Amino acid sequence: MSALIARRALLKASGALIITFALKPDFARTAQIKAKPVALDSVDSYLAIDANGLVTVYSGKVDLGTGVRTALTQIVAEELDVSFDKVSLIQGDTDLTPDQGVTYGSLSIQNGGVQLRQAAATARRALLQIAAARMKVAADTLTLESGTVIGADQQRLALQALIGNQTLSIKVDKTAPLKNPDNFKLVGQSVQRLDIPGKVTGQFTFMQDFKVPGMYHGRVIRPAAIGAKLVSFDETSIADIAGIVKVVRLENFLGVVAKTEWAAIKAMRQLSVVWSDWSELPPSIELWQHVRQTQVIKDDVTSNTGDSAGALASAQHRLQATYNFAIHTHGSIGPSCAVAQFDGGRLTCWSASQATHNLRKQLAAMLSLKDEQVRCVYIDGAGCYGRNAHEDAAADAALLARAVGAPVRVQWMREDEHGWDPKGPPTLLDMRAGIDSNGKISAWESELFIPDGVAGFVALVGADHAGLDSLGKLSPGGVIQGLAIPYTIENVKTVAHRLASTPFKPSWIRSPGRMQNSFANESFFDEIAAHQGMDPLNARLEYLSDARGKELLERLAVLSGWRTRPKPDWHAPKSTGWGLAYTKYELVRTYVGVVCEAEVNRKSGEIAVKRFFVAHDCGQIINPDGVRNQIEGNVVQTVSRVMKEELHFSQSRVTSLNWASYPILQFPEVPKVVIDLIDRPHELPWGAGEPTAALIPAAISNAVFNATGVRLRSVPFTPPKVRDQINLS
Amino acid sequence: MPAYQLNVNGKDVIADVDDPVMPLLYFLRNELGLHGPRFGCGLGQCGACTVHVNGAAIRSCVYPIGNVQGKVITLEGLGTPENLHPLQRAFIDEQAVQCGYCINGMIMQAAAFLKRTPKPTEDQVREELRPNLCRCGTHIRIVRAVMRAAQAGVGA
Repeated sequence: MSALIARRALLKASGALIITFALKPDFARTAQIKAKPVALDSVDSYLAIDANGLVTVYSGKVDLGTGVRTALTQIVAEELDVSFDKVSLIQGDTDLTPDQGVTYGSLSIQNGGVQLRQAAATARRALLQIAAARMKVAADTLTLESGTVIGADQQRLALQALIGNQTLSIKVDKTAPLKNPDNFKLVGQSVQRLDIPGKVTGQFTFMQDFKVPGMYHGRVIRPAAIGAKLVSFDETSIADIAGIVKVVRLENFLGVVAKTEWAAIKAMRQLSVVWSDWSELPPSIELWQHVRQTQVIKDDVTSNTGDSAGALASAQHRLQATYNFAIHTHGSIGPSCAVAQFDGGRLTCWSASQATHNLRKQLAAMLSLKDEQVRCVYIDGAGCYGRNAHEDAAADAALLARAVGAPVRVQWMREDEHGWDPKGPPTLLDMRAGIDSNGKISAWESELFIPDGVAGFVALVGADHAGLDSLGKLSPGGVIQGLAIPYTIENVKTVAHRLASTPFKPSWIRSPGRMQNSFANESFFDEIAAHQGMDPLNARLEYLSDARGKELLERLAVLSGWRTRPKPDWHAPKSTGWGLAYTKYELVRTYVGVVCEAEVNRKSGEIAVKRFFVAHDCGQIINPDGVRNQIEGNVVQTVSRVMKEELHFSQSRVTSLNWASYPILQFPEVPKVVIDLIDRPHELPWGAGEPTAALIPAAISNAVFNATGVRLRSVPFTPPKVRDQINLS
Repeated sequence: MPAYQLNVNGKDVIADVDDPVMPLLYFLRNELGLHGPRFGCGLGQCGACTVHVNGAAIRSCVYPIGNVQGKVITLEGLGTPENLHPLQRAFIDEQAVQCGYCINGMIMQAAAFLKRTPKPTEDQVREELRPNLCRCGTHIRIVRAVMRAAQAGVGA
């Protein structure tokens, strides 16, 4: 019996529908599966039903620790009307799964789930038609329940009997009817996550646990400075370490391969290497001048209505402010890891990459192979919040495996991860607003200074050092999203100045750009409201014309008790304030409103972030508890980023190389989170992985203003910075 | 090659290692195939590698194998899917996992703590778990799971 099917059925607990499992699914299984289609428009690219009625889902979107494996399984089981425990999911395998795009941008349900649902609906209709022909009845007299077609005369046919060993090689039909959400049994339920029993018992196979026979261990010795060249190294310096297989040099790429992991680590530490000097980073204290002085390649105007310059010139009051947001690292708790194996000229690379299909192209380019000669297989890693270093570990493993002619596993050390993963770039925003003689906001302007590029290919570190092309381009992510505002103001112009460079190779970290832009937008809107003596909630309601957004804000007001909140005492040594922020994510999807309650110590500058209230409308909810888990994670992780995180560097290299020099939030500092989930089963399902995060910086900043009258416009809000602002006020 | 006599999850094992300074973590993961303890930092800063030595929660990424004396328990030895430890049960009930990479450390740290402090306050749990890092932001659920296990009487 397959381990994937031994699951227990539904049981009722705590009044809610809970589904539990007795098994340990082996998500990392790599059994040889015969070639199958992966085209985006074919049902059998996404779904297979075997002779035992087990359904396999092939998902290009992967579970980065968000629980989306479970949610996608719910979607397919629901639409296909098969038991949840008969569905298993294979993810992110370039040989097996369709390329549904990178797992980023809070799009796994919104795009990936919707594609799977349509494929399942197409399959469902086709299966009912086959059953109808077999039973010689009309298809609309049949129902489908738990994988069995039931006729009006109670005649029954199991799905597997309908298709035998055939595949569902039909085109996905966008018009295939979807189930009415009123009849949902699984979607909308807090089904327990499939992966958690294995993760709490040590039975789950993470990427970091994955092995292949004959595998060696590799480590890479990074340059002493970012742009340093390898002058020389002395292999005799590691002669005393047993089990060294090879020292591999490719220009400035220097790696060691050993029979054991500890030998590789010791060799990495002990190998005597001479690097050239390099110190071309800007001085860190001049970071913001550097950003402002960097060459602008082009301007992206993200919104432009009316005549903002004219309206500003004729305004009765003008406000302006500059916001900035520090460089951040991804900081996964588990450093990046990959295993690479060459077999007959074909590379297989196991990786926790969020983008196995793109990684395949990059590895192929780096190794001068064809894309078809590279297979990338996803295995869950430590939490991934954007393009971190998984792809770079994959490049290291591939280069070392090729050099030694054997499979090689590379896991980065902590200092590799902090020092060499791509960074969330420093972000600077200039904001301006005009108030007319009627007290209306008549003009809004913003200028964003951000590296050029999109969420494209980020160059692989190992390839760069080895002098190989990995298709890399400046790729900070979709960072100009969220610069345009959701409010109706007559004259608006928002412009992104796209910079030619940034000190560290950039990439996207959770809510890239949207977080920084929302920080400036929602804080500056708060500044305007304060200037006008308006309540922050009423000001937003006045300038919003979106009924769904207004409803959300009203629910947030009730949830948080906004209208009866206590008045802060600006003269007390410790005072508590409330701040509000709102978004309609990228102006087209998930609505979120957040209220933060924070206590500020005026003397020490310490901020205690006490509570967050979140009203969240992502349309149709697949798994409410999964959404709550994501919202809590959005809040807590972003509180960490806002309160503590800032990458430190010398003019040669990153100096925040571990958790002591790049501290993150710890348990006693974690706020409470109170959530109002607005479920709209008949609407499209949108994402929940990012939108709440975008609001946390502004909500805290606005709470601090409410508590003290002081504006925080520079992330992170560390005590010395807060103290300085208070002393200046 | 020095050989060390260890007892891991109730079984006697011989560790043949050429370097007594090698951290215990690498022996557990690579020689015994135990994947509960995980490499996070190699510096004792994050807690992902936590195991019990004689009932105390220690950081196996910086604990030389040559210093190990006594009984080692890993997450696998605490409980199994078929026979869950109350903390493991509570983490499932509270769905107190996102990526789960840190969860080994959370459970092992909490298990040793609840032995000493069977009825902690929430603040005591937070203080105890201060050195354990979680990047996904699962802290709220983790504390809830530990409190749930405490109420179920783990430490008794």
